[in-house]
Amino acid sequence: MESVNGGKYVIFKLENESYGLNIKNVLSIEKVQEYTRVPNAPSFVKGVINLRGEVIPIIDLKNKLGYGNVEIDSNSRIIVALQEEVVVGFIVDSSSEVLEIKDENIDRPPRTGENKISEYIKGVGKYNGRIIMIMNLEKVLED
Amino acid sequence: MDLDINEYLDIFVEEANEHLQDMNYLLLELENDHSNKELLNELFRIAHTLKGMAGTMGFEKISNLTHIMEDVLDGFRDDKIGINTHIVDVLFKAFDELEYSINSIAETGEEKTQNYENMINMLREILNEDEEDLLKSLYDSGDNSEINEYVLNIIEKASDEGLNSYKVRIKLEEDCMLKAARAFIIFNTVEKFAEIISSNPSVEDIEDEKFNLEFEITIITKYKEKDIEKEIVNISEVNEISIIPIKPNKKAKEKKSNSDVDKYKTKVSKKKPTKRVSKVGKTVRVDIDRLDNLMNLVSELIIIKTRMEDLSGSSNKEDMNEAIEYLERITTNLHDAVMKVRMVPIERVFNRFPRMVRDLSKELGKEINLVMSGEDTEVDRTVIDEIGDPLVHLVRNSIDHGIEKPDERIKMNKDKVGVVKLIAYPDGNNVVIEVEDDGKGINYEKVKEKAIKKGVISENSAENLSKDEIIQLMFSAGFSTTEEVSDISGRGVGLDVVKSKIESISGSIEVNTEENKGTRFTIRIPLTLAIIQALLIKVSDEIFAIPLSSISEINNINVKDIRKVQGQEVILYRGKTLPIIRLNEIMDIKDESERKEAKIVFVKKGDRQAGLMVDNLIGQQEIVIKPLGKYLSGIKYLAGATILGNGKISLILDVNSLF
Repeated sequence: MESVNGGKYVIFKLENESYGLNIKNVLSIEKVQEYTRVPNAPSFVKGVINLRGEVIPIIDLKNKLGYGNVEIDSNSRIIVALQEEVVVGFIVDSSSEVLEIKDENIDRPPRTGENKISEYIKGVGKYNGRIIMIMNLEKVLED
Repeated sequence: MDLDINEYLDIFVEEANEHLQDMNYLLLELENDHSNKELLNELFRIAHTLKGMAGTMGFEKISNLTHIMEDVLDGFRDDKIGINTHIVDVLFKAFDELEYSINSIAETGEEKTQNYENMINMLREILNEDEEDLLKSLYDSGDNSEINEYVLNIIEKASDEGLNSYKVRIKLEEDCMLKAARAFIIFNTVEKFAEIISSNPSVEDIEDEKFNLEFEITIITKYKEKDIEKEIVNISEVNEISIIPIKPNKKAKEKKSNSDVDKYKTKVSKKKPTKRVSKVGKTVRVDIDRLDNLMNLVSELIIIKTRMEDLSGSSNKEDMNEAIEYLERITTNLHDAVMKVRMVPIERVFNRFPRMVRDLSKELGKEINLVMSGEDTEVDRTVIDEIGDPLVHLVRNSIDHGIEKPDERIKMNKDKVGVVKLIAYPDGNNVVIEVEDDGKGINYEKVKEKAIKKGVISENSAENLSKDEIIQLMFSAGFSTTEEVSDISGRGVGLDVVKSKIESISGSIEVNTEENKGTRFTIRIPLTLAIIQALLIKVSDEIFAIPLSSISEINNINVKDIRKVQGQEVILYRGKTLPIIRLNEIMDIKDESERKEAKIVFVKKGDRQAGLMVDNLIGQQEIVIKPLGKYLSGIKYLAGATILGNGKISLILDVNSLF
């Protein structure tokens, strides 16, 4: 298990659960805009958007994590994330805060889960009684 | 004041590579024309420049190597050394070493840690210098001049105490399995009767097996050569031993007088740039006229902008249209101008071939005349970088598999000397590069056999293949015609890699072959990759772009005319049977419409054609190609995306992968 970097996390929600993505991987948070479908792409790739002249693929994170498909409403956001040279946008139910979670407040993820989610979570953060699942971006982008 | 070497690194790499290219070229010429002093002087001058550059940058090893090269060249000039193939070979090898080193600098910002002792020794041998000099040069090229002095000092002291110093060169047997372990045993044995004061490669490298079969140690002992030899010979797997006595003398002292310079040098080298994360960026040298032209166009843009601002208040539509037309003209010109800035003559790629062909023909015992033309054909800089490897592969193929051995050629009534042609010329919006040989041509039966053996195709389906289809087999993954893996081609990289590389830059490749007459590979690549003319089409309500360069015709056809042949829809069109591809099917779009007539966009790939069924044509447009990004790089049938006037994204079809 690699160590989880302490610091600030962009918090977003999927199915009322809070997730965190290390702020160093986040380029921006955008409102959902019209996207162009990409035929023959995996089902969790919703399509591509025009982000200030760049073509960015957007990923339905709910689909990727096995929650079914995202329903886009006025709260939905696209989190534009960067991992090495790969830039992608994640569609999430909502995102409105950045929290600082210290390393000692992040536990290892429970090992019991056989589901898809547990692969993509690298830690469980605690913040004032809330539970925040820290995303393993590398893993999410790997396959 | 601290000098930031990083800033100059790009320039150094770029120029050093250019100099190396020139040196390769000049040496090749010189080999054919020994007496040409002008070539020699030019070569000498470039080597000198390179040495100076490397010295300034603190790349001491490059500087040392070029220094000795210079000495050899100087020997040519004074007629002390005759030019022969062996010497030319050694010099070429030295050029190669320099090239590796410069590449390593480009990647990491640092010189390779490895020394060039072997290379330097070979050059020294040419210079016929005595052993002390050889030794000195050896130490000169070392990492740290202090250690060298240290060694020389020890040798001197040892001699004062009546001990002998030797340089022992040990060669292991070729099939020696554990080189490092064997070397360790030798070290242990030697240490029983002598003191090892230095070794080359270093002990660490030897432990890591970072040496070929040879290594060299400097030892101090009271024993004589014969005794040493006896001891080492008893160790198994030792192939060769040479023992050279070292007599310390003034050389070591002389060295000290040099140490001022040396100290300065080490100081510079300490300022080596810290590890660079990024590689050296791609650069283009631009004719100033082209930049001036760009500047002019930009100023015109500013003028039209002001004009349009003035017009925005008025409602005169005619004036507005005129202004827009003007703007259009400027942007088109601007596009042209920017493209031209990115254009580089293909010479940059072709330059490496004379040298390569020379080496290969020697290695394979074939006589080859390389004919190149159209080196000044210009292509986009990005294309230049991508096209090199495929061309190298094709030229290697031609020489390795195409051209026959001289005696075979004479038997066939052919000229003893085989001809490989490398031709480039512009053709509309494309650049065509041909690699042609007058060798034995492709043997269809052999290709078929091979394909069956490799499991590329089944025996049954192989029977009815047309010649064209057989040729296509060569481009499939897992196919490589070489029987035995030679060093020349067949390095596990086959024509399939060549093909995919060329297709990745939206190019295509064709083969023409005739038995005993030769083979010609024709590569067609677009002039530029960034901006293209495209046809926008609609399938259902999704818009796709098809590069205009791959469209041959657009027509309506009667749906009834579409037939099915072995599950593939085809149409007889202008006397040819062409496959029909329904875009909605491969693009995963539902199609409910019943139609009698279908709009077909006929596309071509090399000399093959296919029809794409679309719903609607929107029109022709200039589009800027945007990559889909790393994450989506593997998606089928798509070459990229473009942003339309309304800000929406439209995907660009990769016609080459459709059929």
